[in-house]
Order: sequence, then structure tokens, then C-alpha cells
Amino acid sequence: MSTAVVKRAGAPAGRSGHGLARHLKRYWQLWAMVLPATAFVLVFAYVPMYGIQLAFREFDFTAGLTGGRFVGLKYFQQFFDSPMFATLMRNTVLISITTLVLGFIAPIILALLINQLVRSRIKRWVQTITYLPHFISVVVIVGMLQVFLSPSDGLLTRLLASIGISGTNFLGDTGSFVPVYVLSDIWQHAGWNSIIYLAALAGVNTQLYEAARIDGANRWQLIRHVDIPALVPTMIILLILNMGNVLNTGFEKVFLMQNTLNLPISEVISTYTYKIGILSSQFSYSTAIGLFNTLINFTFLVLANRIAKRVSDTSLW
Amino acid sequence: MTTTSLSSGRSRRARRPHSRRRRWSSGERLFDLGVLLACALVVFATLYPIYFVLIASISDSGAVATGQVVLLPKRLSLFGYEQILGDARIWTGYRNTIVYTAVGTALNLAVTLPAAFALSRREFRPRRPLMLFFAFTMFFSGGLIPTYLLYKDLGLLDNWLVFILPSAVNVYNLIIARSFFENSLPEELYEAATLDGADYFRFFGTIALPLSKAIISVIGLYYLVQHWNDFFTGLIFVRDYAKQPLQIVLRDILLSNQAFSGGAGGGGGSGGAYAQRYADQIKYGVIVVSTLPVIVVYPFLQKYFEKGVLIGAVKG
Repeated sequence: MSTAVVKRAGAPAGRSGHGLARHLKRYWQLWAMVLPATAFVLVFAYVPMYGIQLAFREFDFTAGLTGGRFVGLKYFQQFFDSPMFATLMRNTVLISITTLVLGFIAPIILALLINQLVRSRIKRWVQTITYLPHFISVVVIVGMLQVFLSPSDGLLTRLLASIGISGTNFLGDTGSFVPVYVLSDIWQHAGWNSIIYLAALAGVNTQLYEAARIDGANRWQLIRHVDIPALVPTMIILLILNMGNVLNTGFEKVFLMQNTLNLPISEVISTYTYKIGILSSQFSYSTAIGLFNTLINFTFLVLANRIAKRVSDTSLW
Repeated sequence: MTTTSLSSGRSRRARRPHSRRRRWSSGERLFDLGVLLACALVVFATLYPIYFVLIASISDSGAVATGQVVLLPKRLSLFGYEQILGDARIWTGYRNTIVYTAVGTALNLAVTLPAAFALSRREFRPRRPLMLFFAFTMFFSGGLIPTYLLYKDLGLLDNWLVFILPSAVNVYNLIIARSFFENSLPEELYEAATLDGADYFRFFGTIALPLSKAIISVIGLYYLVQHWNDFFTGLIFVRDYAKQPLQIVLRDILLSNQAFSGGAGGGGGSGGAYAQRYADQIKYGVIVVSTLPVIVVYPFLQKYFEKGVLIGAVKG
């Protein structure tokens, strides 16, 4: 794209014009437009980042966010030493890695499948329907899980019993928590997440198909050798983005699915942070755990990006 | 790049039958059949749970519990809906959510669109550092407690503004809108406007916005759904039940089994069989009542959603 510098009528020429005054004179309107958003982000995203220092301080109700006594890594140490540490790490990693892997593969398969549909009317319908669950709220999703998986008369419980899987209280069992969580997540989001892959597939040069056809490729080979390679850049970008969330296991859904029976497997870092922070007011300790979580997320993101860059020339930055 | 990929639906449509005509072996036909079957399965698995909730909500709860309701509602009963209609909590939640969604989305658009436009202007030098400033918050955050304490200091706890102000800008939506402005407004348009003496405000208001209905509806809907489904804010920052949004009320009815224990007849609290029998029907009804607005609106707007995702995807 051209970087044409458009001159306002009457404004002095020259893009190299130095000086803040000149810049502001010319661009004050753009500044005015971007300022509200900047202010909101500054207040609601950056001020809390400033408040992270609470993790290194003794919280003091009278002194406020940053007035407490500095205690260094005390709270981190406390977290690493606590018996909860191993459980939380195991649960969080287990749930998020499973969701990451399966939730990543499902939309790709779905997109490849939809892309194979010949009639565009049918394609439209399939897409419309598979996107739908994405717009249902988490609360309703978990509510649906509860009625479908009710041990006494749930629809799915009965269905599973008819194929021989019975006697499990799916929502109150440590063994079935992760499968239920992940599968329902796929049910809800795979369709929606496939949009981006469908877009990538729509952008594939038709000549590639023609050429492969002439070389005698069948439909399956077209998928393997044309479609899938075409998706790789998109896959990498999305994988990197998801990596940044590896430990950020969706608070809402896990929290809503929790009950005393499945707690040994369903307590994750984010729900624990909420409980000890908001419910039992251990502000500094909770902040430290939250920060630990964020740092690991960030490390994952940076690492994934670096690897992707080296391996495939595709990266976020 | 963007504009072409948006209209590619047509070329896709044209391409497939063409490439099929080349080879029409029985293997191909079998393949197509397999694809069709697999898709039918996916569609069924997606749709049936939703459909079941719908028919279960208008069937007699006894029939549902014994598995007689499979394809069609049995022994029509609107008991669940009668209970829901008579329950004040749901309507308070509904009203709150509608207010938060309307005001919130309006503020979202008022803040996001101008910012996205400013950030799309290539001659605006600070746009790169500003983008970094915004994008960084997608990957790093202060965490729950510092956020909580900030809201407390700002007086946002138990204040309805907490549903509106902190979520005023969604960086992802900002980036989508910026990409749209960048790619879909021809530079010549801007040049012509400036020749006519338009400044940025004028250009934005009278030219850019009217040409951007697609993106306005896309991110407007993103924001709308985000507000409608917001559960977290109410859970953590609001204690006053009269201010709670629909999702919190739903949680109480659907998950905490506080289903009409007080309202549904005298001995509802420990009404055993009675409560148990109708709790599920009420749940089905509540799911329908709370989700229907989104599901009804959605198919009409679906094509816009796709556009939005594409725009966001092509140029980050």
C-alpha cells in the first residue's frame, strides 16, 4: 500500500516536520479519537498491572494497593510449598493441554469436511448450524450438561447406558470431568473456530486442484496435499495464540462445573485464585498465584512464537 | 486481499461442480456420500440437544423423565413457562441484562470505532506504539485481585457501571475494525474528501462510518453477545441481587437448584417429589427463555459474523 502522506488543505508541507506542536496541530483530531479507548485501556488494563506489586507486598487495608510492607517472594514461596501446588498444576495443565490439542484439531477436521460439501446450499446450512452453540452462554451450557447428564434420568446418561456405559455420575466423577469438559467445549466452539480455516481454504488457488487432478490425485489426496498444507500458516498462528492461554483455563466453565465430588480434578489455578482471593480475602497470596499463572502463559506464548518462527517462518511478531 | 476473500463464496460455488465434472467415478460418489453422512452426523449432534431442550420444555415432565420425549413433545404442558413468567427474578435479570447490553454496546461502539479509525490512518505516526500498547493487554494482565481492588477504589463494586465501563474496549474488536478501515476505505476517497475541505472528524462521520455498516454490525454483535452472556462480572463484583444480570439468575436456577423453592407453591422448599418433578421442566424453560433471543437473531446476522472473522484473520 502506498504510504501517501495526505496533506490537509493549508497545512504546511513536509512529512519530516519535527516538533510536537506541528504534529498535534495536524493530528489532534486523530488523537481525540483514539484517546477515549486509550484511557479505558490505561485505567482498566494497565493500572491492574501496576497493582501486581501486591504479590510482593503484605496487603494492608489502610495503606491501599501499593502501601504494604515489601516481602519479596514470600507468597510465591508459600504457593510452591503448599500442598495445593502440585494438584493445581496437574489439573490446570491436564485440562488446558487436552482442550488445546483436541479443541485445536476438531475445527480443522470440521473445516476440511465442510469444504468437501459439493452443494453450496447444504454447506451454508451446515455452517449456520455448527456455529450456533458458540452463542449460548456458559451458564446455559453447563445447565444443559447437568440436565443431560443427570445420573437418574438424563438424556445422555440413558443413551450411554444403552451402549453399555452406565453407572457413572458424569458430573460428579473425577474420571469423567475432563472428557465432559473438553467434549462439550468442542461441541460448543468447533464450528465457530472452523470459520477461519474455511476462509483459508476458500483462498486456495483453484489451479492447484486442477494440477493435482491432472496428476491423478483423488479427493483424499487433494485434501492431504493441497488443503492441509494450505491451512498450515493459519494453524500455526492460532496455535501460538492458544499457547498463550495454556494455563488460562476458562474460569467460568470450570467454576460452574465444579462440585464437591469432582473438586480433586476440577480445582484449577484460576478458580483457586478466586477462592482464596475474593472469598477469603488473601489478596497478596492470590495476586502472587495469578502472576505466576500469567508469567507462565506469557512464556508459553513467546516460546511458541519463537519455535514457529524458526520452523516455518510464520509468527505473530 | 480482504475484499477478494470476502466475495470468494461465489468463486467457490463455481469451482466445485466444475472440478467434479472432470472425474465422476463411483469412488468419488462414495466419497461425497461419506462426506454428506459425516456432516449429517455433525449437524444432528449439534442441533439435537438444543431441539431436545425445546421440546422438553413444553412436554409433561413425567414424560421427559421416562424417556418418552424423543422427537416430538409429549403431553403438552406449559407449567414451566407459567412458573417462569411468574418469577420476578428472571424478569429483573432480563431487564438488567437488556440495559447493560444496550448501554454497554453503545459505549463500546462509540469508543472502539473512532479509535480504530485513527489507528488505521497510515500517516498517523504514533499508531504503531499505540497498537502495541493495546495488543499487549491481550497477552498480559494484572490478574483478578489487583483488578478487584481497582474497581473497589473506583467505587465500581456493586455499581451497575461495572458492567459497562471496564469492558468499554475489546482489543480484539478494535483490531478487527482497524483492519477493516485500513483495507476497505480506498485512499482516494480520503484524498478527494480532503480536497473538498473535510477534516478527519468529517471524513470519519460522513464517509467512513456510512461505508462501514458491515463492520459496525459485526463488532456491535460481538459486543452484544459478550454483554448478554457476561457472567463473570456479576459473580465477582456485584453482591446486590437486584443489580444482577440474567446469567447470574440463570446460574441460581439452573445450577444451584434454587429453582422456585419459594415461589412454586407453599411447601416448595422441601417439597420433595413436587419440586424434583418440575425443577427440570423449569430448567428447560429457562434455557429456552434466556437463549432464544440470541438464537433467533443469530442466523440473520451470520454472514456478517463470518465477514468479521475473515477481516480479523487476514490482517492482524
